[in-house]
Amino acid sequence: MEREILNRIVEDRAAGRSVVLAKNLTSGSNVVLYPFEITEKSTLVEAAREAAASDESGSVTAADGTWFLQVFNPALRMILVGAVHISQPLTRMAAMAGYEVTVIDPRRAFATEARFPGLTVLTDWPDEAMEKLQPNRRTAVVALTHDPKIDDPALLVALKSDAFYIGALGSSKTHAKRKERMLAAGFSEATFNRIRGPVGLKIGARSPAEIAVSVLAEVIQALHAMEKAKEPA
Amino acid sequence: MNDVTGAAPRSFETEDVLGIAHAWKAEGRKVALATVVTTWGSNPRPAGSMLAVDSKTQFCGSVSGGCIEGAVIREAMDVIEDGKPRLLDFGVTDTQAWDVGLACGGKVQVFVERLD
Repeated sequence: MEREILNRIVEDRAAGRSVVLAKNLTSGSNVVLYPFEITEKSTLVEAAREAAASDESGSVTAADGTWFLQVFNPALRMILVGAVHISQPLTRMAAMAGYEVTVIDPRRAFATEARFPGLTVLTDWPDEAMEKLQPNRRTAVVALTHDPKIDDPALLVALKSDAFYIGALGSSKTHAKRKERMLAAGFSEATFNRIRGPVGLKIGARSPAEIAVSVLAEVIQALHAMEKAKEPA
Repeated sequence: MNDVTGAAPRSFETEDVLGIAHAWKAEGRKVALATVVTTWGSNPRPAGSMLAVDSKTQFCGSVSGGCIEGAVIREAMDVIEDGKPRLLDFGVTDTQAWDVGLACGGKVQVFVERLD
């Protein structure tokens, strides 16, 4: 593999771009493709787009031989709104599952290094923090404060993004009130329904760690359901 | 803004083999990259899994559960030497071509190339 190709992929990944490395298994030549940035309709490019959407590397046969399409998608990210008790186990579990985790909480008493060692904790106001973080199709957003003043601004930004998972902690009653506020803010019911609430899979979770398991499990389920939906029939 | 430094710990699944290979290359080491390109049946590592190895057989990443790494690394030494990429087949039916098989009964194809 040529040095320029390797350098390019390393740079693109650092910049958070989706890249597909196409390798011709007959000639050994390599080509770098940007599946979500180019609109070309060749066999190779379309196969690259499908591979990147389903996050699965694989081979495709074109006129000039068999190509292996290796997918390099940006890192999975999880944004937690609220440096609360549940966030402590959830940040660790999500990191183990391969997510880059960021916690947002403007309340400095919660967002301390001691409570979240080694983690990025933003104390900006949630909408500003979310605008900076720019959630994308590889991002999960979970609002955990129970406080509409903190959760809502973050959820409003999340709903305008391609985040594959948006969840908000709270009872069915809390969620119904949230719905009233979001519809009043101009969102359609379909858009509001992207928010999963009450958050997490129903496993009877009680402790913060158990609730973290149920939330992470739901995030994983949503990720793979989305990938499966994008696979060719 | 309270920007606590340090990225989240990463799992083994997300080990950045390509980034490590890139760093090795920058240090002036001779490096080959092996990539799983096809799998059939039961396999521990999916297509796209990588292993990087230098000319002193130091390696990172994996292309199987440990069954074929030794053979891949041996081939990689030749690839580092002559620069010719190779497509290797491993599997229960290929015992004549390769003296290594996969205990799990699957088959796997690995592409090995030199980083130039």
